[in-house]
Amino acid sequence: MKLKANIATSENGFIFNPATGDSFTSNTIAAEILTCLKAGESEMEIKQKILDRYEVELCQLERDWDDYMLQLKEANLLDL
Amino acid sequence: MSVSPNLNQTKTLTIAVTGLNANDNPGPGLGVIRALRAGFGENLRIIGLAYETLEPAIYLSDLVNKTYRIPYPTAGTEALKERLQQIQEIEHIDVLIPNFDAELFNFIKLERELLDIGIHTFLPTHQQLAARDKVNLQAFGNNHGFDVPASETIFSASELDQMADKLGFPLVIKGKFYEATVVQHIGEAYKAFYKLQAKWGLPIIVQQFIKGTEINIAGLADGNGNALSVIPMRKMYITEKGKAWAGITITDEKLINLAREFAKASHWKGGFELEIMRDDKDALYIMEVNPRFPAWIYLSVAAGQNQPQLLVDLALGKPVQALTAYTAGKMFVRYAWDNIIDVAEFQKLSAFGEL
Repeated sequence: MKLKANIATSENGFIFNPATGDSFTSNTIAAEILTCLKAGESEMEIKQKILDRYEVELCQLERDWDDYMLQLKEANLLDL
Repeated sequence: MSVSPNLNQTKTLTIAVTGLNANDNPGPGLGVIRALRAGFGENLRIIGLAYETLEPAIYLSDLVNKTYRIPYPTAGTEALKERLQQIQEIEHIDVLIPNFDAELFNFIKLERELLDIGIHTFLPTHQQLAARDKVNLQAFGNNHGFDVPASETIFSASELDQMADKLGFPLVIKGKFYEATVVQHIGEAYKAFYKLQAKWGLPIIVQQFIKGTEINIAGLADGNGNALSVIPMRKMYITEKGKAWAGITITDEKLINLAREFAKASHWKGGFELEIMRDDKDALYIMEVNPRFPAWIYLSVAAGQNQPQLLVDLALGKPVQALTAYTAGKMFVRYAWDNIIDVAEFQKLSAFGEL
């Protein structure tokens, strides 16, 4: 999964799509994931990072990940 | 005889601007003036040209140095020329920027005569003005490969039923110069027809409704087929009158290219605004082409391309390079402000035609 190259993000979770003018906010973990996506990290790398850093079961992470990716896709933020 | 300012001499540039209304259907004048102030700094004198005594920008003395009333467009070019000659003897205007659709015909007709007395303009031709007129827009789109909603020009309310059968509801009923109403049934269509006819006269334009995202593009073209500046804006808040009350600059090559194609196809000269509807299939429909800067033009300064300043440079014969870089994510949020003036100012403008 890749974020579109022109998507602007900030440390506090603000997301801006300059092509549409749409703005979004994300919570801390979502912002962290976005930072990793922007840095070009793979899905596996990001998930492993989260598993190492936070107390979360893999199955829960998988469910939340899929949900988040769907939201990013619907918001037209992913490079498909 | 042609009179040109000595561009090498540091002198105050005097620029006349129309469109000083800033009510719920604001004219571009105030935005143009703010852009000029931002671009030219202190060596600038702004002369307001007003039709009505309650055009708000008249009373913003920090922005407008002096205002003169001018005759309505319906009074004709001779009345306008005479008034501008009187003003020119006093003010020595260098550049005049008209900002109302309804007045452009007259200013274009006087272009040469204005230059003879030292007033520079940068205007399209009458043919260009007519080609993008609402009544001709569909033909313009067809001729140049632009997506334009189907529309018809009508001169009588009795034609509305036929139009409704042809185009279906919702429909957009549009005035000759300004205003548009989206109607859901024939009763609303008749009401909108009569209201617009009373205000702007005939004909009335009946246009197919396109559902989508409203995007406007402010542009400046050099008259040789080149767009020198293009700034797209997505409307974020739309008033009941369909005006953008907040908007944000966006980057989209399709929109930029559309504006460039318009400049190329029309050889437009001067400021323009494309009113676009992007539908869910990503098609870009040109809903209207406005033959002057939009009311939100000050946003072009914030985005990094001061279009009114560039237009003045063009009018004065200075070379202007095309600008491509600008900042997306710059927003304007319009507000209403009560400006307090003394009745004596209002009376002076009413009685003497200048303030």
